[in-house]
Amino acid sequence: MGEPGTKEVFRLEDLEATGGRLMGRKHVLSILVENEPGVLARISGLFARRGYNINTLAVGPTDDNKISRITMTIDGAEHPIDQVTKQLHKLVHVLKIRDLEPGESVRRELALFKVEADAHVRQEIAQLTEIFKGRVVDVARRSITVEITGDDEKIEGFEQLVRPFGLIEMVRTGEIAVQRGRSET
Amino acid sequence: MRAVEAIMECLRAEDVEVIFGLPGGANLPTYDAIYDSGIRHILVRHEAGGGHAAEGYAKATGKVGVALATSGPGATNLVTPIADAMMDSVPTVFITGQVRTDLLGTDGFQEADITGITMPIVKHSVMIRDARDIPSAIHEAFHVARTGRPGPVLVDVPQDLSRADIDYEPVGDIDLPGYQPTTSGNAKQIRLAAKALANAQRPVLYVGGGTVSAEASAELRELAFSDKFPVTCTLMGLGAFPAPHEQWLGMLGMHGTRAANWAMDEADLIVAIGARFDDRITGKLDEFAPAAKFIHIDIDPAEISKNVAAHIPIVGDAKDILPRLTREYQSLNPNRQRLDDWWVKIRKWQQEYPLRYEDSTDSEIKPQFMVQELMRVTEGNAIVSSDVGQHQMWTAQYYDFPEPRRWINSGGAGTMGFGLPAAMGAQVGCPEELVVCLAGDGSLQMNIQELATCSDNDIPVKIFLMNNGYLGMVRQWQELFWDRRYSAVDTGEHPDWVKLADAYGAKGMRVTDKSELGDAFKEAIETEGPVLVDVHVTREENTFPMIPAGQAARDMVG
Repeated sequence: MGEPGTKEVFRLEDLEATGGRLMGRKHVLSILVENEPGVLARISGLFARRGYNINTLAVGPTDDNKISRITMTIDGAEHPIDQVTKQLHKLVHVLKIRDLEPGESVRRELALFKVEADAHVRQEIAQLTEIFKGRVVDVARRSITVEITGDDEKIEGFEQLVRPFGLIEMVRTGEIAVQRGRSET
Repeated sequence: MRAVEAIMECLRAEDVEVIFGLPGGANLPTYDAIYDSGIRHILVRHEAGGGHAAEGYAKATGKVGVALATSGPGATNLVTPIADAMMDSVPTVFITGQVRTDLLGTDGFQEADITGITMPIVKHSVMIRDARDIPSAIHEAFHVARTGRPGPVLVDVPQDLSRADIDYEPVGDIDLPGYQPTTSGNAKQIRLAAKALANAQRPVLYVGGGTVSAEASAELRELAFSDKFPVTCTLMGLGAFPAPHEQWLGMLGMHGTRAANWAMDEADLIVAIGARFDDRITGKLDEFAPAAKFIHIDIDPAEISKNVAAHIPIVGDAKDILPRLTREYQSLNPNRQRLDDWWVKIRKWQQEYPLRYEDSTDSEIKPQFMVQELMRVTEGNAIVSSDVGQHQMWTAQYYDFPEPRRWINSGGAGTMGFGLPAAMGAQVGCPEELVVCLAGDGSLQMNIQELATCSDNDIPVKIFLMNNGYLGMVRQWQELFWDRRYSAVDTGEHPDWVKLADAYGAKGMRVTDKSELGDAFKEAIETEGPVLVDVHVTREENTFPMIPAGQAARDMVG
């Protein structure tokens, strides 16, 4: 396009549509909300009504006690992410939404794995835990419980490794994330 | 002062001149404050009637409509009007009573979680938890209801908090950091849109109810007349562009004109102004306007590319954007002859396929004729409300609205029973105007109790009942798509509408002969007070033309 007001030939065919498209990757949305009753219900209700699936959801306080942060992950292959964020923005108590780019953010999740383990495999699981920089948090006669922190790939990697031992339970917090560098999330 | 008195102070500060409502246990304190508030209160006979009246008032005046209800069933009776106001973006504030805070969550008498129930259908809602928050909550409710894309806001006030003693100070600024609607359109986008318009060979202006909400009818006309742009309106947009007019294509959509729908189908550029590409407009989405690029002007960014991807989105207030777009367009000095071929094509469609029906040659009253008679007698100068169904579509097709806010109907939600209470609200807001409710016999029963409200409050709405003894639109679909298996659509012989009108203190009339229709309409209009004219029309008449659900504009039938 030339400068405004110029009369160069303009072709309608050259226009490209914006928005409304599926962006086929996982999105981590970091949402700042006013700490008001029912905010989470409004957000989850909006997702239910519009048919969006939430993969993970984590809610917690921020450094400002009037504001909470919701971190959620959504599959961009299923839902047009611009539509999801625009609908969220319509909620009066939603202050800010950040769609965190994978390369520009640090993501962490905590998971607890309770694995079947009698005496002779306990050592092996403990070693795997060490490789994943995790911790053994509980040991019983026939089980062991391990804590792993990391992004979802790391946690899912660990899950695959311990599943053959007999995974009794897995509990995950859902990811939280922060923007890399000086700028605020 | 008592919190309820602070509420009245707030309502006065918001220039509220009338409230529609119905009292009960949980809002007794509010009604005690209304008693000497100086604000007009109209006692409705059902909360849904009050809610729709607030909508009718808002749609006709552009001001915020207010309705009150008590807790529990009073509040749940507002659910339909709230949903309706959400779908049609009607600025409304609903104030409900709630049980005392110590009873909350205990399934107390007349307790209902109305903020929870209405969460998906409000623009915003708040349940008061501290009496001191009441004044700011009320002002925030009005602010959110009327700004940006308008909509319904609910304020739920527990009974004990409403009678609490608070220090009231007039509220100054609204503090809602999460609510900052964009009103000013982006200059670069507007320039781009002007260039696209100047290069379009087959443009159409597709105008929705947002143009009416934005009070941008004059600005729309300016844009349309800056060249010879063809204009079509949605059901909600009727009146934003004057009908009839040489640039007017008629309404578009499921029961729109062929000229409007086919112009969309062949357009190379569609300018959507305060319209949201509803399924009643697009039909089969994949085949909607296949040749077109889209400029989408809307104050709600979430509407952009929701159903149809926009090529040039412009978020903001149409009243700000349209004049700037017009100026940019004019500065490009576009070649005006480029639209000539487009108009030749459109004129051909208009001549070949005007709106038409086969009129009777005897005394039978065709429903379309009934609307045309109403148009003739009122000279197109009435505020017309309707219910939902065939009569609504015929009114939209055959009544020409010269100005916005003259056509009051339930578009998005399609709420039967909307017409009478909405007409009542419109009449209260516009006491000098002739307000007509063109009702269907299926719909009118749903809120007929408000006829008593009209009679008791000297609200002289004129109801013209298009009586075919059927739930006509459903019957039409059963005829066309369900093999004429008429299932549960015959509404029978009752009530006797003339007697019913009489019982409610209104004048009742009946017309069964075509030759008497015009005079009956005149008599009704000249009669003081509310009138119900029961007009017996052709029983099995179909609303045409029509795009069958899920099909494309090219597939229009009838």
